[in-house]
Amino acid sequence: MTLHLPKRLAIVLVVLLAALALFPLWGKLVFAAKFAFLMQKLTGIMILAILAMSLDLLVGVAGLVSLGHAAFFGLGGYVLAMMSPQYEAANLWVVLPAALAVCALASLVVGYLSIRTSGIYFIMVTLAFGQMGYYFFNDSKAAGGSDGAYIYVKPTVEAFGITVLDLEQKLTFFYVALGVLVGVYALLRMLLASPFGRVLGAIGVNEYRVQGLGFNPMVYKLVAFTIAGTLAGLGGFLAATQYGFVSPAMLGWHQSGHVLVMVILGGMGTLFGPVLGAFILELAHFAFESMTDHWLLPMGAMVIAIVLLLPKGVAGLLLQWSKGKGAGE
Amino acid sequence: MDVWFFLIQLLNGVQYGLLLFLVASGLTLIFGIMGIINLAHGAFYMLGAYLAWWLAGLTGSLVAAVVLSLPLAALVGYVIEALLVRTLYKRDHLDQVLLTYGLILIFNEAQRILWGNDVHGIAMPTAVNWSVRLTETLSYPVYRVILSGICAALAVVMYVVIAKTRFGMWVRAGASNRDMVAALGINVKLLFGVVFAVGAALAGLAGAISTPISSVAPGMGDTVLILCFVVVVIGGVGSVKGAFLGAMLIGLADTFGKVFVPDFASFTVYGVMAAVLLWKPRGLFA
Repeated sequence: MTLHLPKRLAIVLVVLLAALALFPLWGKLVFAAKFAFLMQKLTGIMILAILAMSLDLLVGVAGLVSLGHAAFFGLGGYVLAMMSPQYEAANLWVVLPAALAVCALASLVVGYLSIRTSGIYFIMVTLAFGQMGYYFFNDSKAAGGSDGAYIYVKPTVEAFGITVLDLEQKLTFFYVALGVLVGVYALLRMLLASPFGRVLGAIGVNEYRVQGLGFNPMVYKLVAFTIAGTLAGLGGFLAATQYGFVSPAMLGWHQSGHVLVMVILGGMGTLFGPVLGAFILELAHFAFESMTDHWLLPMGAMVIAIVLLLPKGVAGLLLQWSKGKGAGE
Repeated sequence: MDVWFFLIQLLNGVQYGLLLFLVASGLTLIFGIMGIINLAHGAFYMLGAYLAWWLAGLTGSLVAAVVLSLPLAALVGYVIEALLVRTLYKRDHLDQVLLTYGLILIFNEAQRILWGNDVHGIAMPTAVNWSVRLTETLSYPVYRVILSGICAALAVVMYVVIAKTRFGMWVRAGASNRDMVAALGINVKLLFGVVFAVGAALAGLAGAISTPISSVAPGMGDTVLILCFVVVVIGGVGSVKGAFLGAMLIGLADTFGKVFVPDFASFTVYGVMAAVLLWKPRGLFA
């Protein structure tokens, strides 16, 4: 777990963030015809990055490897889809808290049952709950079954009768996603720096010692699981708003595994690592796909190369680089 | 619902369970002994099925295809262990997860490049393309009986090898304490390589012999992989006995789930697993 970022690394991250924030300006010049598509792509990646960060709280900090995390992502989206009137816009101030509350409750229950197990058993129990969620929406006719459900009109963000944000606007939504990404990052950073975060990180390193110190690890794990599940739900809510569509695949283990790969590849326990992981994985996917039909081949080779060459993920490499060169400062 | 119908479903459940056991036994041994969470295990199952389909096309004989695909799957397993997996034994489990995830991607693409995206099937060989008549209207295909027989025979062979031979002793010792086995002067490198190759071969064999009753299709490894993880965890990681029991449980739960509660069929397997783990958080035999 990294609490303070080295200066050099912080600069790199800020530059990357600025480049992303200014993409609507320079992207149009560089990519011209592909600009609209890339805007959508980047927005989608930012949402996945939120999901990856929330998973990092469990995997990288608390040492709880969940293979069912996408269930809460999907659940957040489904709450929006179920609550949206067919031809009218839902009120964001109603549907967003509702989605977060449902996800918090679901992750509280699933977490309560899952944290009894540990190690590979925890992986499998969360997988089981994730798959149950998947089949629940896949088999239920009310939620559209395996075809999924559409959200025809995006929720409105109004205050005192005035529309504050128009989520139909691609540009607005891009910055909403960016704002949530930065907000969730800041929230999790503060959480990790708090006494709660310190204990949680200690549980990830050695649970028995934490217990010996008089803390109850179960409570900390359960709270972390609930926070992570709720943030995943927030990501799912955004994803459903962006695409106007939810499907059971959002909850499935493929999605959970995909996000887990982002976390490990990016660097566990660093928060910024999983964000980088999301961008690297998704942009590589996009690049390879546009080059060859057989994009899975270079993709697989890239994943294997990273795991063999970078034991602590991309974030580990960056941390080493910034510490090594910045040692004299 | 008469007793014959019930019996047929029971046979189907047992047969499915035995097939799952063939794949899951390798998975549980690889995890128990080497500490590797091998996500690519389902890919070996797929490899076996595609090899069998391809070789059956070349040789015109399913038996020859199955026999030929067995050493090929073992070889692929051994090479992967020697080239890639071996470098990660000292690393975190999650690094191995990532590596084997990368392998899945490569396997899936290799399958697409070599054999295309189509769904294939192998015709049932005429010699076994008949059914045992049970009643006026119900009968049971003989190939499924043979399939169960092969799996059951292999389960017995595995039991004898693991319980009665010196190699089996190493395997058992490795599953309970790897480092101690190495300290006692056993060639752990070779042991690991052989276990990985045998696991791959068993998964490949399961894929190969199931081709006449199920289709050969892209992504077929994923479903099996997840079910086998369920089996392994229910049984207790590293326990072959547990894998056998878990496989039976899942085979029957899946089959009877489809019969009695078709709307929640996919639910039953995971429900069984969640129930077992909430009752025994470390599986039945661990």
